[in-house]
Amino acid sequence: MPVTLSHYLFLAGILFAISILGIFLNRKNIILILMAIELMLLAVNINFIAFSYYLGDLAGQIFVFFILTVAAAESAIGLAIIILIFRNYKSINVADLNRLKQ
Amino acid sequence: MLTNILTVALPEIIILISAMSVLLLGVFFKNKNASSLFGITQLALLIAAYFTSQLPIESKLLAFNDMFVADSLSLYLKLLSYFGLSLVLIYSRDYLLKKNLLNGEFFSLVLFALLGINLIISSYHLLTLYMGIELLSLSLYTLVAIDRKRKEATEAAMKYFILGAVASGFLLYGFSMLYGITGSLYLSKISEQIGVTEINPMILSFALVFVTVGIAFKFGAAPFQLWVPDVYQGSSTPITMFIGSVPKFASVAMLIRLLYQTLDHLVMDWQLMLLVMAITSMLLGNITAIAQTKIKRLLAYSTISHVGFMLLGLATGTITGISAALFYIATYVLMTLASFGLIIRLSNQRGDIDKISDLSGLVKDQPWVAFLLLIIFLSLAGIPPTIGFYAKFSIIQATLQFGWIWPAVIAVISALIGIYYYLRMIKIAYFDDTIKATKTSKSVNNELNLTLTMNVLALIVLGLFPSTLMDIATLTSALIF
Repeated sequence: MPVTLSHYLFLAGILFAISILGIFLNRKNIILILMAIELMLLAVNINFIAFSYYLGDLAGQIFVFFILTVAAAESAIGLAIIILIFRNYKSINVADLNRLKQ
Repeated sequence: MLTNILTVALPEIIILISAMSVLLLGVFFKNKNASSLFGITQLALLIAAYFTSQLPIESKLLAFNDMFVADSLSLYLKLLSYFGLSLVLIYSRDYLLKKNLLNGEFFSLVLFALLGINLIISSYHLLTLYMGIELLSLSLYTLVAIDRKRKEATEAAMKYFILGAVASGFLLYGFSMLYGITGSLYLSKISEQIGVTEINPMILSFALVFVTVGIAFKFGAAPFQLWVPDVYQGSSTPITMFIGSVPKFASVAMLIRLLYQTLDHLVMDWQLMLLVMAITSMLLGNITAIAQTKIKRLLAYSTISHVGFMLLGLATGTITGISAALFYIATYVLMTLASFGLIIRLSNQRGDIDKISDLSGLVKDQPWVAFLLLIIFLSLAGIPPTIGFYAKFSIIQATLQFGWIWPAVIAVISALIGIYYYLRMIKIAYFDDTIKATKTSKSVNNELNLTLTMNVLALIVLGLFPSTLMDIATLTSALIF
């Protein structure tokens, strides 16, 4: 069976759905959320590359380079915030982040 | 080629250079010399504003391979952003100095955020738009966490980071679908392609939904408003003021660029989505605000309701609707700056103002400040002769002109609900007795006082003579298409 565009899109869709579930169902660790966010961006990357290949247009692949770079910066900031959370709360448990309620 | 870039993108280049040099100079200037950094930042804003105002309003200038545009919308929103940021810096200077946070990083992050805002406003290509959004968001996450020893601040930063990253993910997924459908990343070409080619409407509305959800997240519109109250409450007051004011210009620009200039052929689809979000934001914001006891949380819900009003204007898709929304955003930012400026002024004297009851008995203590508070909250509630009234009035007028009777009725009802809690704030400041004897330090900064008074005065003067600003907003929105 030849691999078509829709296979790639299906894969990206599944990855995207998994990452959304990972963010909203996760009740334990913030690092898992960070990983889910990375997964989400990678799903988008697969989409872009697949479209770029089937359209014969390079712009999509260049966009992927930018997404990868931004994702690196984003996770750097995310990890920095996690370190601050750990210093202040002595834990990185999602359930412990409950001070901001009225 | 180079001259073209220099004329069109010179303000951005200036902001970039000053952001980097402020960061570098901050290493050498210790906290006490931060006023020179303050001066450099304000000067950079002034120069950028000068070069922006030199661009013609009627024409559409493109640069960087047509990825960057300077048109009427960018002129209007950018000038307002410089002005807003300048006020933010004046208000927050003393507060941050006291907390030991007024350093090179703060100024640099604020300028980078401004650069992101400018990029969003001027974007003509999905890549520029994405880079602008990320530059803005990453700077804002860091700014929230800048008060790094406070638990609330770090928690707010984490929540903002997660929800913001999810929003970017949604937006990007939508972008990738748009790219796949049309084969281009240029906003104008995407619009052309959607108009020309026969595309499966299912896939198209799939992409539209993702893009709209991303925009709504960044805007803070219900039902994607979860981050707004937490971030407002958790971050330091100057940072809250910044997040609540200037980035909203970028959100409006993003909405206009993506929905009006890119997905303009799908107007029937996104109109309904915006309408639903506008109504839920207005009602949810105003009703939830009643139950709040923390002042910044209350202002967060008030922001959500104001966003609802803006979305209602933008949902009409007419020039009157857009101009009403552009007018509303300018006045909203002016009111937000005044309200947070007032909180900062009181916090400088009495220590951090957190609960609404901290305002009690203000009129005996400082009658002039209590009067300013009265004007600000009347304006937020939308009572004449303040500017808030005319802003709400023009939105409702545009809605009625479009033939939407029920949305206009709901807008009026939610504005009436809103009046309740704004008047309650005034009642607490004027008629409640002071609960505890507050130790008031007499160190009052004249610069801050003067700016606050001018800002509040502007709320009345613009309310009495709104036509000039309205004319500019109308001209801007007429030139968008």
